[in-house]
Amino acid sequence: MEFDLPHIWAAIIAFAVLMYVILDGFDLGVGMLFVVEHEKHDRDVMMNSVAPVWDGNETWLVMGGGGLFAVFPLAYATVLPALYMPLTIMLLALVFRGVAFEYRWRTERGQFLWNWGFWGGSFVAAFTQGIALGALVQGISITERAYSGGWWDWLTPFSVMTGIAVVFGYTLLGATWLIYKTEGPLQERMQARARSLAIVTLGFIGIVSAVTPFLDPVYAERWFAWPTAVFSAIVPLLLAAAAWKLYTGLRDKRDATPFLASLALFIVSFVGIGISFYPHIVPPSLTIAEAAAPDSSLLFTLVGAALLLPLILAYTAYSYWVFRGKMDPDEGYH
Amino acid sequence: MFDGVSAELLARFQFAFTVSFHIVFPAFSIGLANYLAVLNALWLKTGDQTYLTLFDYWKKIFAVAFGMGVVSGIVMSYQFGTNWSVFSDKTGPILGPLMAYEVLSAFFLEAGFLGIMLFGRKRVGDKLHMFATAVVAVGTLMSATWILSVNSWMQTPVGYSINEAGQFVPEDWWAIVFNPSFPYRLVHMVLAAFLTTALVVGAVGAWHLLKDRTHKPARVMFSMAMWMAALVTPVQIFAGDLHGLNTLEHQPVKVMAMEGHFDSYPDGAPLILFGIPNQAEKRIDFAIEIPKLSSLILKHDLNAPLAGLDTIDDKDEPPVAIVFWSSRIMIALGFAMLGLGIWSLWARWRKVLYRDSWLHMAAVAMGPSGFVAVLAGWVTTEVGRQPFTVYGLLRTSDSLAPIAAPAVATSLIAFIIVYFFVFGAGVFYIMRMMSKPPGGGGKELSKGPLRSAGTTPAAQIAEQEGAGSGI
Repeated sequence: MEFDLPHIWAAIIAFAVLMYVILDGFDLGVGMLFVVEHEKHDRDVMMNSVAPVWDGNETWLVMGGGGLFAVFPLAYATVLPALYMPLTIMLLALVFRGVAFEYRWRTERGQFLWNWGFWGGSFVAAFTQGIALGALVQGISITERAYSGGWWDWLTPFSVMTGIAVVFGYTLLGATWLIYKTEGPLQERMQARARSLAIVTLGFIGIVSAVTPFLDPVYAERWFAWPTAVFSAIVPLLLAAAAWKLYTGLRDKRDATPFLASLALFIVSFVGIGISFYPHIVPPSLTIAEAAAPDSSLLFTLVGAALLLPLILAYTAYSYWVFRGKMDPDEGYH
Repeated sequence: MFDGVSAELLARFQFAFTVSFHIVFPAFSIGLANYLAVLNALWLKTGDQTYLTLFDYWKKIFAVAFGMGVVSGIVMSYQFGTNWSVFSDKTGPILGPLMAYEVLSAFFLEAGFLGIMLFGRKRVGDKLHMFATAVVAVGTLMSATWILSVNSWMQTPVGYSINEAGQFVPEDWWAIVFNPSFPYRLVHMVLAAFLTTALVVGAVGAWHLLKDRTHKPARVMFSMAMWMAALVTPVQIFAGDLHGLNTLEHQPVKVMAMEGHFDSYPDGAPLILFGIPNQAEKRIDFAIEIPKLSSLILKHDLNAPLAGLDTIDDKDEPPVAIVFWSSRIMIALGFAMLGLGIWSLWARWRKVLYRDSWLHMAAVAMGPSGFVAVLAGWVTTEVGRQPFTVYGLLRTSDSLAPIAAPAVATSLIAFIIVYFFVFGAGVFYIMRMMSKPPGGGGKELSKGPLRSAGTTPAAQIAEQEGAGSGI
């Protein structure tokens, strides 16, 4: 294996999806917290805490989808039809969530509509993303380069459970983000919420991890047979470490630690899913190598990615740095 | 509601519907991003407060339009896979990398600097803010470049071979990116975006001049917009003509449909001004024609022979009526814009640019004409290349995802309801912002998005001191 382009690209796509999950995860979580935060001023602060960055965060979703089209067209052409309904609903939900950022400031009479759009869009997007994840883990049937399952295959108890799990997980990210960005009573409420959200999220991670190996013998072998069983020891250990950091961070009322620890929870869980999937990109039908576009496509795109991704990460980091620190509740634009 | 309609037709309608809604926003935001960069540069250079007032005014409108463009664009990036999966599988190795470049070189750039452009002037200072504003403008142009390369390759595919899985695979990336119709389409579309924005800005300026002809910001934006209309429209008509000649070379059937030439003309084809295309009978009913003019325009020779749709197999023909009408709408609006531009030059020369109410009313009426022309142009080029997705190589009917008609019908209804509601509201908010004059006069609703504390020294210290002294 000299210069294995498909696997390099699988890593880049996985990275883009992970970036999307953790970055838009906290945006969507902030949106969902509108359900329990009713005070207008608090809602203003919450929305403003993500307003300058949400667009960049959502671009990782386009990178995940567009990247898949570029380098794994067969995966793109089979997964998307298989998840037709949840993905269509997710896109419509993201429409509502995205426009709410601007519309909410453009009307007083209709503001309630865009409050609804903001939290409803965030909730539905998170739930359908979780469903899509569950459906993918359960496997997608492919014959002759096309999806060959039914229109409701994605809807199972397992996928609904992963949907709920992602809703709680994102809300945890949102709550810990707000602990980092706010002060006073709003921050205190978020600290209390993060505690219960963390317990529920960890519970779901536990259940999903326990069920997954029994969905497919390949997953079971991955986690219980030597040498890959070694991951069964490492991954839970890392999860426990992240959970401990989250616990102490909340206990000691730290600003940034709870958010970083929640990110770590997501990253470790994501790696866990990756371990289950490998070497498949669409379990159980397609491997990374089978789905890959010809090397000339992969190489042409890799040149751009290698040059531009570091730059993107740099200016994204800069943008976060510009808007760092606690929210000033009295400042606004427009 | 859609009983008996095929899944293919529903999927096509869904794509047409979502892409038509989408293109309106980028067409506006490409032009507006560049206009904002110019306004900001003029403000920094001259220190004239009017430019800053205009920048802040159009910035808010840009934010709403850009947001609508982003969310409707994400739908597009997934729709290739959900509804046109066979097309995606076959063209992915060629079109996918071009789109990936669009994401990497344009979308991230716009998104990364948009926050600073909208919210960050005080935080980063004037110079970096100017940089961010310019980067957003450049990003919109990069995005246009890549996506028009994608579209152009589908119209004039080159630089590929076909592998055993039936996929188009790249042989020559340079040829693919710079395919034969790309330069023409890029120039034509970018100019269209600039003109569209200029007409909107001109209409808003004219609207406020009709109420108060001394309003300084309204004068400035009206004048700038009319310069654009006067100078860019002739260039655009010339570019459109070149684009048409390029189409005649590579996609002659599309031009036959535009011209309504059901028959071949061995010694000079007439220009059909109006008529009712009758595809079943293969003729134009009630045609009003100018003899030999079509040959003169397309071949620069009155007697040059032009082939018609009679030389084309029926199953390879596009729906003639749609293309015939949409191209006429586009061209008519182009000449109306030229008329407006010339009128503004005349008014300027007579020094009545800010007083000529008829001109202002005409400019208001022409406000939406750019959008209509852009849509008509895209309908012409997209319907005109039917029945193919990759011209001459992959049929639309062979590109479809295996999604049953009821599923597509459901998603289509959902898109229609949500888009009319959401984008209808957005257009309403934009119109309401435009109806208020720049630089106050209207009621500010509330403080808008943003701003975390920590790095805005001056404003914040002042505020803290204020708070402190109040105790």
